[in-house]
Amino acid sequence: MATVTAGEIRAATHEGLPRQQVVAFVIMVGALVAAPFFFYPVFLMKVLCFALFACAFNLLIGYVGLLSFGHAAYFGMGSYVAAHAAKVWGLPTELAILAGTAVAGVLGVVFGWLAIKRQGIYFAMITLALAQMVFFFSLQAPFTGGEDGIQSVPRGHLFGVIDLRSDLAMYFFVLAIFLMGFLFIYRVIHSPFGQVLKAIRENEARATSLGYRPDHYKLTAFVLSATLAGLAGATKAIVFQLASLTDVHWSMSGEVVLMTLVGGLGTVFGPVVGALTIVTMQNYLASFGAWVTVIQGVIFIVCVMAFRRGVIGEIANVLKKPL
Amino acid sequence: MREQTNGADGGRTPFLRVQGLNAWYGESHVLHGIDFEVHEGEVVTLLGRNGAGKTTTMKSIMGIVGRRQGSVVFKGTETIGLPSNRIARLGLAFCPEERGIFSSLNVEENLTLPPVIAPGGLSVETIFELFPNLKERLKSQGTKLSGGEQQMLAIGRILRTGARMLLLDEPTEGLAPVIVQQIGNTIRRLKQEGFTILLVEQNFRFAATVADRHYVMEDGHVVAMVRNAELDQRMDEIHEYLGV
Repeated sequence: MATVTAGEIRAATHEGLPRQQVVAFVIMVGALVAAPFFFYPVFLMKVLCFALFACAFNLLIGYVGLLSFGHAAYFGMGSYVAAHAAKVWGLPTELAILAGTAVAGVLGVVFGWLAIKRQGIYFAMITLALAQMVFFFSLQAPFTGGEDGIQSVPRGHLFGVIDLRSDLAMYFFVLAIFLMGFLFIYRVIHSPFGQVLKAIRENEARATSLGYRPDHYKLTAFVLSATLAGLAGATKAIVFQLASLTDVHWSMSGEVVLMTLVGGLGTVFGPVVGALTIVTMQNYLASFGAWVTVIQGVIFIVCVMAFRRGVIGEIANVLKKPL
Repeated sequence: MREQTNGADGGRTPFLRVQGLNAWYGESHVLHGIDFEVHEGEVVTLLGRNGAGKTTTMKSIMGIVGRRQGSVVFKGTETIGLPSNRIARLGLAFCPEERGIFSSLNVEENLTLPPVIAPGGLSVETIFELFPNLKERLKSQGTKLSGGEQQMLAIGRILRTGARMLLLDEPTEGLAPVIVQQIGNTIRRLKQEGFTILLVEQNFRFAATVADRHYVMEDGHVVAMVRNAELDQRMDEIHEYLGV
């Protein structure tokens, strides 16, 4: 009998990525590299920012089972701080984005510490309440510009060299941020830490009696999710040169839930497809005005009634392989 | 109680000492002052009918019941005020009746999930030697295993951790005789390796083949302690308790 050591088993967990996921990743990267030559880069950057936001949200709901209804707080604060840092403090673009991301992370530590003490609907309500407090703070605080928001944020130069006023240069910068965030999340959910998260989601009492402290793991996942949501918001502020109340509004928290559900909860690629679907609808159906919201609502109902696993979740189910 | 339950082993300091243990599920008072002890290297069973409080006793030792009072001392440390994760890290490993296999993880991931809390756990080769099926099903999802394989995985994964005391809750429940035999062999092997085991069993015949002593429970109380060597003499009494 060939011997297998624990080290070899652990190594085996990380080596040999599932082939279908590698293929899907290559297709995604190929499509994203080619896309700006066929579609409007600013639209694509919006998709990428929301895709990263949805991936961050999915880390929490899909792999820990925590439904946060206040992720707009981290997205919005990331957006405001990056915009303020770039415009008022004159920080280089990359540092402004890092500042927005860091503030969202700190906010995640405080809000997460409060929220994870409760579960289910109570957890969702606490996160919503805290996000509403951030909304009213953003409405009143002088640095956010109130209803005007922070406008004309300079895109600046990447590392002082690459002029980001060019949409194409900005696009590839955003693509790099998105891919880093995406791969980081992929690494987290496939690490031993990610396995403990899944174990906690499935049977918290059992994970505890094996020797883990679920609250520590939940808080870490919450902070990672908030930080990445902040990164998405900060990037979005630089792309659109604008941070506004829309970014911290509760409807933003609802939209990210919708994107994740449409794409596929707990799937690696689902949030990306969900973000693409919803942002495309918002852009290309804009001529319908307020009806876009109604159409979104109908899609949400159809998704929940007809294909609860979401687009990618259903495909993965047919293929019998994780995606 | 018709037989003493303490001082069962000539004054040696017990590995696990449970005294006056009470437990509640909500308003329901389930354990009423349980007393027993387990010495290092022993295999001790808790016997009793359904609802006697055997599983609740295990869960109370691990700190996963709603409320508990009394004293549970493991290797000299009082654990009654500790959370479940701290108790596990003292070296107590629990294998629940429902097995608790994580369905979203495969066999390999389930096997490597529990944290190693001390050196001295079994190597993966030894676990595969005890349960060859696990090696063959390494990439299968936890829920795609048969009941016997799930039980092997549930036991196997806690052997890696370095915990020296195992709490096994009805490991033979619903399993085919050949698997029951394999689990019996495993328990005897673990005893040889120096593990201390507290076993909950309804299958009295199985318990008799592996245990050193038996505590009989009834309505949340320990009502008798029987050494394995005394089984034949006290069979009628045991049958009366167990209703067999």
